[in-house]
Amino acid sequence: MMDKNLIIVGGGPAGLAAAKAAYDAGERDILILEREDRAGGILNQCIHNGFGLHTFKEELTGPEYAARYEREVAARGIEIKTGTTVLSIADKTVACVNAEDGLTHYRAKAIVLACGCRERPRGAINIAGCRAAGVFSAGTAQKLINIDGLMPGKEVVILGSGDIGLIMARRMTFQGAKVKAVIELMPYSSGLNRNIVQCLQDFDIPLRFSHTVVAINGKKRVSSVVVAAVDEKLRPIAGTEEEIACDTLLLSVGLLPENEIAKTYGIELSPVTGGAIVDDALMTSKEGVFACGNVLHVHDLVDFVSEESERAGASAAAYIARGGELSDCVAIGAKDGVRYAVPQLVRRGGEGALGFKMRVGKVAKDVKIVLECDGREVASRRRQIVTPGEMETLTLTAAQAQILRGAKEAVIRLAEV
Amino acid sequence: MQIVIIGAGVIGCAVARELSRYDAKIVVLEKEDDVACGTSKANSGVVHAGFDAKPGSQKAKFNVLGNAMFDSLSAELGFSFRRNGAYVLCFSQEDIPVLEQLAVQGGRNGVKQLEIHTGAKIREREKYVSDQVVAGLWAPTSGIVSPYGMTIAYAENAAANGVEFCFCKQVSSLGYRGAKTVVGCLDGSEYEADLVVNCAGVHGDDVNNMLCADKLQIVARKGEYMLLDKTASQVASATLFQLPTKKGKGILVVPTVGGNVMLGPTAVDVDDKDCTDTTREGLAEAFDKACKTVPSLSAKAVITQFTGLRAHLTTGDFEIGFAPCKGLYNVVGIESPGLTASPAIAVEVASEISRAYSLAKRSDFVAHRDAPPCFAKMTDDERARLIAADPLYGKVVCRCETITEGEIVDAIRRTPGAKDLDGIKRRTRAGMGRCQGGFCTPRIMEILARELGCDITEVTKSGKGSEIVIGRVE
Repeated sequence: MMDKNLIIVGGGPAGLAAAKAAYDAGERDILILEREDRAGGILNQCIHNGFGLHTFKEELTGPEYAARYEREVAARGIEIKTGTTVLSIADKTVACVNAEDGLTHYRAKAIVLACGCRERPRGAINIAGCRAAGVFSAGTAQKLINIDGLMPGKEVVILGSGDIGLIMARRMTFQGAKVKAVIELMPYSSGLNRNIVQCLQDFDIPLRFSHTVVAINGKKRVSSVVVAAVDEKLRPIAGTEEEIACDTLLLSVGLLPENEIAKTYGIELSPVTGGAIVDDALMTSKEGVFACGNVLHVHDLVDFVSEESERAGASAAAYIARGGELSDCVAIGAKDGVRYAVPQLVRRGGEGALGFKMRVGKVAKDVKIVLECDGREVASRRRQIVTPGEMETLTLTAAQAQILRGAKEAVIRLAEV
Repeated sequence: MQIVIIGAGVIGCAVARELSRYDAKIVVLEKEDDVACGTSKANSGVVHAGFDAKPGSQKAKFNVLGNAMFDSLSAELGFSFRRNGAYVLCFSQEDIPVLEQLAVQGGRNGVKQLEIHTGAKIREREKYVSDQVVAGLWAPTSGIVSPYGMTIAYAENAAANGVEFCFCKQVSSLGYRGAKTVVGCLDGSEYEADLVVNCAGVHGDDVNNMLCADKLQIVARKGEYMLLDKTASQVASATLFQLPTKKGKGILVVPTVGGNVMLGPTAVDVDDKDCTDTTREGLAEAFDKACKTVPSLSAKAVITQFTGLRAHLTTGDFEIGFAPCKGLYNVVGIESPGLTASPAIAVEVASEISRAYSLAKRSDFVAHRDAPPCFAKMTDDERARLIAADPLYGKVVCRCETITEGEIVDAIRRTPGAKDLDGIKRRTRAGMGRCQGGFCTPRIMEILARELGCDITEVTKSGKGSEIVIGRVE
């Protein structure tokens, strides 16, 4: 058993940013645990550009963005153990394993969970058909191409218009594959609009809304998929089936925060985000345990992950320095088109400005995002259009935040303008 | 004496192992590239108590005999087995006599400790069971086993005792040459045998009919299943049956020894004996009917679906014994409770063959097989010792199931070892968890290529033609 002030689980963009910020807030006894053989997380396989516009005011590739944070962490001399998998957390003790140290237990004063998310697999969406080779989640295909230099297939159908799927449509096309269609269950995309333009429209790849894949055919390798239109209840409509010959089906049907360790530890999770329920310091229901990045809720932009994670890192450092005397919370509800807002709780004893991140349930035009406290509008932000694929934010001034901290009830919702 | 066994499912492997106690040269021919690739990889994994089969049938006899063997056999061969008990649930007062009849039938078959419980008592033990359940037959001797884990254990022990496994050998002809039976394979290879043992599962009729004038007919009866995430495994601790129907034991809610819960199987007769596709209708039926047992089931907890084919012989019972033609022994029509019956069937088959051919018992037979290391189930001390001996056990490859590189390498190096992703999955559970191989697939491909000495582009999911990638990026 070893002691560490701060253990950060995950060395991707969230963990690196949290470590940097914790250090800058005065904490020196930090250890990052990363399961892959190098830091950077999923950014390492995202070789396209478009990262860093908010953080660095320039367009970087994923590995470039990660490298900047890796340098910041290295310059501060923060220890990182790669190839190290966390097995469990109990009583603020982290059990982990790697080839060099074997099984190790660290007793921590604070823990930051920055373990990212995973892709929803085929099984979770119940597509019937064969179990042949050729069905990949988009991220797995991305790793095969970009890291391992291996080509998953040559005639491709993509189910789901999440960002990774859109990026992979372009990537596969660049490598000479024929992307025959992107099939989206919903009447709108769950990806960023810029990706639809740059990855599909620029390459004449058809995007078919309100369709789904109802069967996968093939013996040893996928030979075709059957696509059908869906009704307003998302059920396939009989008679609309169409077979598309292909050797590969990529799935980009959602990302799920990877919270199994948190669950076993007894951290309270939100059924909407799949991540922990946190206060404005990003502290979970376990005192001294923080969460940030895609393990908290799935982000579209790494820039927002970094920003959020710096807050978690600084909060963890402050918690270690001052200990916890936690005031009561006001809970922030979400309704009228807002699916969730993070943080879900705000400490009444806090001070200063506050920011919320949220997602809407469906596309809406000419609306405002409103924070209501005890029935009164305290803050709002006008939006021409909001879509489920793009995360929305609402920032409160210090004065607005003080009203919230004194409120009995608070809710964030969409309202017409 | 040369014996050729056709089929490396649980029956072929169990028969091979029991025959390897005797002085004979034994070869197993399997059309796939691994053992347990057919029905043995896709069934309920239930070790049935034995109340369901008709008294006096082969099914009843071998079910009850087989069930009793599992405690010592699982210890001897190192596979997972647990007596979790089973309920047959009854949803209406009118059906209670059927339940009582089942208990009487069980008694006649020699099943011990059967009891009828009230709905309230059942819900005390299984609190997710439907309020609509009025009574149930409790069978504490029912158990669960990993059907492929058991098959692999049998195969490894058979191989350790000298049995030769030949894969990718699809039998295409059977004939006689002098006193020998000649087995021809699709790839042109031939095997001469003094006796052929037909353990060909759903293709058992095809094999018989190649040699024997007395024709058999097997109907492939398709069963579709859904597997739930481990976080949903509280819904059942015992195996939960509904009252049986003509086509089988109905839809089960059944825990697995791996810690998941399964729903299924459906029962639909199909023409294509190799078609293990799932269907929308079948999956919906499996889920809806399972909800009758456990109404709170969530479709969100489903992590994968699969289909198995039962080898249903039109006579309705197992067919075990010397065929009415020379040089052939049939072990066919081994549908449920075939997995449960397999240890007893294998002993009987080996004993009958050894008597007929006056085979002597070998003195060097080794009955024990060491179970492969399972990092996830070890204590911290055991883990530390294992990593100290081999650092590869400190590298977690499959994060969902906590499977280490050491375990994957071990699975490849065993005999018969894993050759593809599915083989790794069945031996170690890597890729069987909630992400279904999303993260670990590329890592396992690297390890397979390294250990097998092949190019990574040649790595397959389940044998030739199922290569994961089509080549390198240009």
